[in-house]
Amino acid sequence: MAFASLRKKLAQGLSRTRESISTGFQSMLGRKKIDEESLEDLEAAMLSADIGPLLTEQVLDEVRTRARKEAVDGEGLRSIIKDVLMNGLPDVPEPAGPPSGPRVCFVVGINGGGKTTSVGKLAARHRAAGRKVMVVAADTFRTAAIEQLETWATRADVDLVKRDHGADPSSVVFDALEAAKARGNDLVLVDTAGRLHTKSNLMNELGKLARVAARVIPDAPHDVLLVVDATTGQNGLTQAKEFSRAAALTGVVLTKLDGTAKGGVALSIHRELGVPIRYVGVGEQVDDLLEFDRPGFVDSLLG
Amino acid sequence: MLDNLSERLQGVFKKLRGQGRVSEAVLKESLREIRMALLEADVNIAVVKELLSKVREQALGQEVLQSLSPGQQVIKIVRDELLTLLGGEGAAKLDFASKPPTVVMMVGLQGSGKTTSTVKLGKLLKKQGRYPYLIPADIYRPAAIEQLVRLAETAGLKAYEHDGSRTPLEIARDGVVAARKSGFDTVLIDTAGRLHIDDTLMAELDGLKAEFGPQEILFVADSMTGQDAVRSAGEFHKALGLTGAVLTKLDGDSRGGAALSIRHVTGVPIKFVGTGERPDDFETFHPDRLVSRILGMGDVISLIEKAEETIDEKEAVKLEQKLRKNTFDLEDFRDQLKMVRKMGPLSSVVGMLPGMGAVKEADLDTGALVRVIAIVDSMTPKERQYPQILNGKRKKRVARGSGQSVQEINRLLKQFAQIKKMMKTLQTQKKRGGGRRGGGKLPFFRK
Repeated sequence: MAFASLRKKLAQGLSRTRESISTGFQSMLGRKKIDEESLEDLEAAMLSADIGPLLTEQVLDEVRTRARKEAVDGEGLRSIIKDVLMNGLPDVPEPAGPPSGPRVCFVVGINGGGKTTSVGKLAARHRAAGRKVMVVAADTFRTAAIEQLETWATRADVDLVKRDHGADPSSVVFDALEAAKARGNDLVLVDTAGRLHTKSNLMNELGKLARVAARVIPDAPHDVLLVVDATTGQNGLTQAKEFSRAAALTGVVLTKLDGTAKGGVALSIHRELGVPIRYVGVGEQVDDLLEFDRPGFVDSLLG
Repeated sequence: MLDNLSERLQGVFKKLRGQGRVSEAVLKESLREIRMALLEADVNIAVVKELLSKVREQALGQEVLQSLSPGQQVIKIVRDELLTLLGGEGAAKLDFASKPPTVVMMVGLQGSGKTTSTVKLGKLLKKQGRYPYLIPADIYRPAAIEQLVRLAETAGLKAYEHDGSRTPLEIARDGVVAARKSGFDTVLIDTAGRLHIDDTLMAELDGLKAEFGPQEILFVADSMTGQDAVRSAGEFHKALGLTGAVLTKLDGDSRGGAALSIRHVTGVPIKFVGTGERPDDFETFHPDRLVSRILGMGDVISLIEKAEETIDEKEAVKLEQKLRKNTFDLEDFRDQLKMVRKMGPLSSVVGMLPGMGAVKEADLDTGALVRVIAIVDSMTPKERQYPQILNGKRKKRVARGSGQSVQEINRLLKQFAQIKKMMKTLQTQKKRGGGRRGGGKLPFFRK
């Protein structure tokens, strides 16, 4: 795969992020000595990126400690921040798929995060890689969600399994997975209904969906991707915690990164829960979904 | 780790309690905590700085009012400042055109909840006696038009149907003409979600604005938005001149710090809040309530209003009579439980009570309510009126009918008997004029 071009697109997607954070950094890079005032600028820049007050404080503490030992200039500051931000991120390999039969991927998250759109883009991506993909309309709750996915399925030219609005999502998933086995699909993408993590009945429903999937295909779902809107603030971490209780998350799709929002909370999700970002969404077009490149992301954050 | 602002602040204020004067050391520590808490609540960094400097100014060395402890004093200052920031007490109203139709544009980022809010607002306006007409102008997101049309239908509202093949401007033009022809007095235009940096799409909104001169341009924002709220709201405001905001998904557990940011950067009031997925889960925004919620004082007023709206006035009178005559039976009990259920999920009711902010749905057995109703439903009218006739055989039948065990039914009967006994005691206290013992104050005042 053309890694360089992906990297370029990610950089494009993050360029605004970089601009804004780096305004804080750029002004410091030239400085000979880092004083409290520059630290305040740095703090503001990190907080504005939704990195969160706790992680920001950690970075600042680290900078202060090191600055006491050695003379830290603007460039040194940059590498310290990068160190601290990167070090806390555990490496999590992508989960192994099943030895044979379809790999099942749930796409979950709160309302309006971009689940259906992400499923559509993922479908197109894997279809382009030559896989036989099926998308499942398990959001039977939101009005016209099924029609929305249908449009994406046509665009991506993949199989679609759907039922009527209001149908029981578990039975949709059950039937879809049976069908996927029969038809020999490589990958099944399940578009689940948006749910707030505070609604325990809906979270239980999600747990049930996962159990139903495992009954049809052992170890399914193999992937559970949490969709997080990049504009989300610190509540994103709470969301991830609650969702991982209902179904073991294997990754995050960070959407809407083409705006001015930074999605810094995704770093906290990775640090605290060990759930890494797998993809980033950078637009409304079918190919506006990029594989996540961690060093690139942190690098881009630092400009 | 303390997750929410109210807990954090309560932690700080516990330390403040019992001091005669707000000292510098104490103030410094509490401001630090308040700062962290506000930041975790996604209040914009610039807003936080401004707010804290004001609080510091006012709090330092201030004589503590006689009636307040220093802790309460700081709470009061923070509360007042937050309230000022949110625009003071009282709900902001929609501005209606003197010559109908009034045009309202709903704008915002993708996924903030514009379509759902459009329908909810339509329903609210209809309840208030207006004739709303909804125009779906989101031609970009697949099935967005269909979503609005179908949602409107379910909510008993009229929407402009079209195939999405024309530009939003053309659609809105025809929609407004159609609304005028049919005598609708309020037109709600649901626009496509867009990024504030997308010049083409922002120009499209500007075109709509120029054409219709809307009375209201409402910015729909997700209450979980982080620091970026300042930028998106600011850009939308700069481009369009917003008149208000709608804060959605407030039924989640975010503290809604974005509300402060939006208000701060645009100066326009938050007018409505979305509190759930049903079309009725939409309320007028009350700054005082959000501040109370942030500070952990509960939202007792909201709760009372909700209860009043749900409980039928007539039924309440009937119930009171029954209570007085002590003929309250299982049927009345069931009706009451149904009313409680109508108020929404228990968590949303309990969450409004002071000190109960952290209660989650899981801690409350909503199922129990449903089970009790099922049991009573399985009884004959006579059994509901005279539960004492329920013998073993009858209980078995009821158990089968409701899918519960006989033990469950026994437990319910026992609880019901206790409730009745309690009510009887209250009645006799009232008769004796027990107001002085704190039993029932109302009869005392009624004289």
